[in-house]
Amino acid sequence: MNKILNEAKKSALNALWIIVLTFPIMVIKVNTINATVRWRWMNILWVGFGSFVLSWMWRYFLDRRESGGSSKSDDEKPGRIVKIRKTLAERRVRVPTLVSLAVLVVVFPFLVSFYQVGIMTSALMFVILGLGLNIVIGYGGLLHLGYAAFYAVGAYNYGLLYLYWGVPFWAALPLGAVSGMVFGLLIGFPVLRLRGDYLAIVTLAFGEIVRLLLENLSGFTKGPEGIAQIPRPGFFSKLSLQGATIYLFYIAIVLVLLTIFVMRRLEDSRIGRALEAMREDEIAAQSMGIDLTKAKLTTFALGAVWAGLVGVILAGKTTYINPGSFTLMESVMILVAVVLGGTGSIPGVILGAFLVTLIPEYFRALQDYRMLMFGVALVVMSIFRPQGIIPKVRKHYRVGGGES
Amino acid sequence: MVFGGLRAVDHVNMHIDEGEIVALIGPNGAGKTTLFNCVTGVYTPTDGDIKVSADGGEVTRTNGMKPNRITELGLARTFQNIRLFSTMTALENVMIGRHPKLSAGIFGAIFRDSKTREEEEKVIEDSLVILKKLGLEKHANEAASSLPYGAQRLLEIARAMATEPQLLLLDEPAAGMNPQETRRLDDTITRIRDEEGITILLIEHDMSLVMSLSERIYVLDYGKLIAEGNPTEVKANPAVVKAYLGE
Amino acid sequence: MKYFLQLVLAGLTKGSIYALIALGYTMVYGIIKLINFAHGEIYMIGAFTALIIGGVLQITTALSPLFILVISLAAAVFFSVGYGVTMEKIAYKPLRKSPRLTALISAIGMSLILQNYVRLAQTSDFLPFRSMIPNFKFLTPGKSLVSTTQLVILVTTVVVMVALTLLIKFTRMGKAMRATSQDKVMAQLVGIDINRVISMTFVIGSATAAIGGVLIANHMGQINFYIGFLAGIKAFVAAVLGGIGSIPGAVLGSIVLGMTESFGAGYISSAYEDAFAFVILILILIFKPSGLMGRNEIEKV
Repeated sequence: MNKILNEAKKSALNALWIIVLTFPIMVIKVNTINATVRWRWMNILWVGFGSFVLSWMWRYFLDRRESGGSSKSDDEKPGRIVKIRKTLAERRVRVPTLVSLAVLVVVFPFLVSFYQVGIMTSALMFVILGLGLNIVIGYGGLLHLGYAAFYAVGAYNYGLLYLYWGVPFWAALPLGAVSGMVFGLLIGFPVLRLRGDYLAIVTLAFGEIVRLLLENLSGFTKGPEGIAQIPRPGFFSKLSLQGATIYLFYIAIVLVLLTIFVMRRLEDSRIGRALEAMREDEIAAQSMGIDLTKAKLTTFALGAVWAGLVGVILAGKTTYINPGSFTLMESVMILVAVVLGGTGSIPGVILGAFLVTLIPEYFRALQDYRMLMFGVALVVMSIFRPQGIIPKVRKHYRVGGGES
Repeated sequence: MVFGGLRAVDHVNMHIDEGEIVALIGPNGAGKTTLFNCVTGVYTPTDGDIKVSADGGEVTRTNGMKPNRITELGLARTFQNIRLFSTMTALENVMIGRHPKLSAGIFGAIFRDSKTREEEEKVIEDSLVILKKLGLEKHANEAASSLPYGAQRLLEIARAMATEPQLLLLDEPAAGMNPQETRRLDDTITRIRDEEGITILLIEHDMSLVMSLSERIYVLDYGKLIAEGNPTEVKANPAVVKAYLGE
Repeated sequence: MKYFLQLVLAGLTKGSIYALIALGYTMVYGIIKLINFAHGEIYMIGAFTALIIGGVLQITTALSPLFILVISLAAAVFFSVGYGVTMEKIAYKPLRKSPRLTALISAIGMSLILQNYVRLAQTSDFLPFRSMIPNFKFLTPGKSLVSTTQLVILVTTVVVMVALTLLIKFTRMGKAMRATSQDKVMAQLVGIDINRVISMTFVIGSATAAIGGVLIANHMGQINFYIGFLAGIKAFVAAVLGGIGSIPGAVLGSIVLGMTESFGAGYISSAYEDAFAFVILILILIFKPSGLMGRNEIEKV
C-alpha cells in the first residue's frame, strides 16, 4: 500500500512539473495580429491527468526493463512472437496459410474499391522501401536518414526519361533500379570513414541536397511544379484507370515477393554475413578479411536499388511527381517503419511498413497526429524494445551438417 | 611506430620463421599490442618495414596495407579485449572467418548456383570441424556473448584459424583464464602448431604459459627490444628482471 | 563596399545565432557522445515561449517594452531549460548504456515529438513577432549598415560566450564538466556526480539556445514550429566544422558558416543558401572529420 502511495506521489509531482512546463504552449494562445489572448484552462486537466498516468506507466515499465535483464534472452524465453513463429513453421500450418494468402492476394482487387487497391499498393511500395532501408540499417548497421533521395531518383528517372525521350514504364523500371544503385554508390563513397552518428547526418545532408537540387534546377527538373502526365504502365496497350490500378497492385505484389526472396538469399550468404560482421564490429570484421570499403559500398548500393525501383512505380501510379514528396519526413517515416517493426527482421519490417502506412489511412481522425505518434514510437521503441515488434531471429544450423 | 611525440615501438627488429612458437612479452604499455597492430595493418608504421613471405616464396612488404589484405596474405589475429560478433552464434563467428577463402559474391548470393551452394555447405562443415578442434562444438548455435569467458577466448582463436592463416597472432589469449583453462590453452596452441602447421606469435603476461609454450621470446620495454632468446636465457637476463620488477 | 559590409554583418549575425545553438550540440556531444537531434527544438521552444509570454504581457499589461523583453527572455530560458532537462531524463538517460545509434533514433523521435507538439498546441502557421528591442537613438547614423537587433545579437552572443568560458574555466562545475567529457569513468571514480554534470550540460546548452531563439524571433519578425529543425542542422554543421566537443570550435565554425551563407547568398545564389551548410558538412567530414579545432579520436584496438 505504501508503495502505491509512493508511486502516486511521484506521478503527481511529475504531472505537476509537466503542467508547469507546458503551461505557455498548451494553455496560452496569443494572437499578435489582433492582439488577443486565449486561455485554454481545460488543457491543464488533460495534461495533468495524462502525465500522471503516463509517468506512472513509464516508471513501471522502466523498472521492469531494468530488472528484466538484457534482450538477448529472446531465444530462451518463448514470447508470443516466438510461439507464432513456431506454429507457422510447422508444415501443416504453413502451407494452408500461404495458399489462402495467395488466393486472397489474387482476388483482393476485385473484392474492394479501387481506392482501397490504391492504398494497399502504396502500403506494398512502402514495404519494399522498408526492406531496402533495412539492408542499410539492419544488415549493415549504418543509420541512413536520406533514403528518400533514392526514392526521388527512381521517380525522377522515369519522369525525366519520359519527359525528354518518351521512355515507357517498363524500360524505365530497370533504369530506375540502376540509377538508384549509382546514387547509392555516390553516397557511399564520402561516408566510408565515418562513424555512426556522423554517417547519419551526412546521409541526411545528401537527402536534403538532392531535394534542393530537384527544386532549384527548374530548367532540367521542372522544379517545384514537378512533372505531370506521366503515363501509367500499359499491358500491350493503354489501360483504363481501373485497369492500371489493378495492374499496379499486381506489379507491387510481384516486386514485394521478389524483394523478400532476394533479402532472404542475402541474409544467408557470404555477403550477408560480411555485412553483419561489419555491423557488429568493423575492426574485427576487417581482421577476418572483409574489405570494409566494398562492404559499405555494397550496402548502400544494394539498399538504394529498391528505392529506385519503387520510385518508378510511384511515378507510374500517381502520374505526377514533385520534390515535395521526397522530404526528410519521408525518410523518417521509412525509418520508423523499420525501427518499429524490427530492425533486421523481414517480417518485422513488413509489419512496420503496413502499420506506418495503413494506420493513418484507416484512422483518418489521427492524421494530424501522425508525426507526433511516429516520434513517440521511435522514443518508446528505442527505450523499451529496440529490437522491434518482430525481432530478428538467428538461424539455427543443424550440427553435423545441413541447415534447419 | 610514432604517435605524435611518443615512440610506441622503437627500432624493434624481429623475425619469425615457419613453424615457430614465439612470444612477445614485456610490462604493460611496452608497445606489444601496438606492434601487433602494425603487423596486422591497423596502424601504418611510421618507419621501418614489415615483410611477409607466404609459403617461403615471394616477399611482400605489408606497410600501409589494409587489415583485410594482410589477412588474405595469411596473417590472422585475436584481440586483447574480446572482439567477437556478439549477437552471432559461435558457428557463425567461425563462418565469417572463412570469408577470405570463399568467393561467392552478390550474384552467387541471389541466384545460388551449384558452385555457391556447394561452397555454402562446405563453409558450415569446415566451420564445425574447426569448432570441434577447439572443443567448442557444443556451443555451435549459442550466441557468442553467452559463452563462458574461456570459451569466448577459444572462439576468437577458432575464428582466426578459419581464415587458414600461416601466422597466428594471439594477443593475451590467457587473460582472465584460470590455471585449468590456461593448461588447456597451452595444449591447444601446441596442437594448432603441430597439427595445422600454423606459426604462432603470442603476447602474454602469464609467465608459466610463456615459458612452457614458447621456443623463442622477445622482450619489449618502453617500445624498445631489451632481450631475445630462448626461455632459459630470457629468464636469467638481468635487463628483463629489472623491467618487470624495477630496480 | 557597403554591400560587402552588410554581408559581413549579416554573416556575423547568423553566425552568432548558430553559435548560441551550436554550443548546446557541442557540449552535449562532448559529454555523452550523442547528437541531440532535438536541440533545435529547444531553440524553437525558446522563441515560442518568448512570443507567448511577451505577447501576453504586451497585450494585457502596460509594462515597458524593455521590461517585457527581459521577462520574456527569462521565461524563455526557464522553460527551454525545463524542456531540455526533462527531455534528457525521459529519452536519453535510459539509453546511456545502449548503442549510440539507438540513442540517436530516440533523439530523432524526440525532435518529432517536440516539433509536432508545438504545431498542434499552437499553430502550423507563421506567427508574427513584434520586436521588443527598443531602438537605440545613438545608432541612427549607422542604421543602414547595422540594425539595432543585429547589434543586440552580436553583443549578447559575445557576453554569453565570455560568461560560458569563465564558467568552464574557473568554476567547480566547469572543471567537473571538462573532466567528465574526457573520461567519464575516471570522473565518477573521483567522486563527480555524472548525472548532475549531464543535467548541467543540458541546462547551459538549452539556456543559450533559448537566448538564440528569443533573439532570432525579434530579428526575423516571425517564427514557426519548423525553425528549430533547420537552424539545428546548421548549428550542428557549425559545431562539426569547428570540432565537435570544442567550445571555441563551435564559435569559430558558426562564424565561418554564417559568413559562407551570407556571402554565398549575396554573391552566388540565394536559392541554394541552405545547401551551403550541407555541402560544408560533407566536405569537412571527408577531409577533416575532427573539425578545425578538434582532436583526432583514435580508437583503441
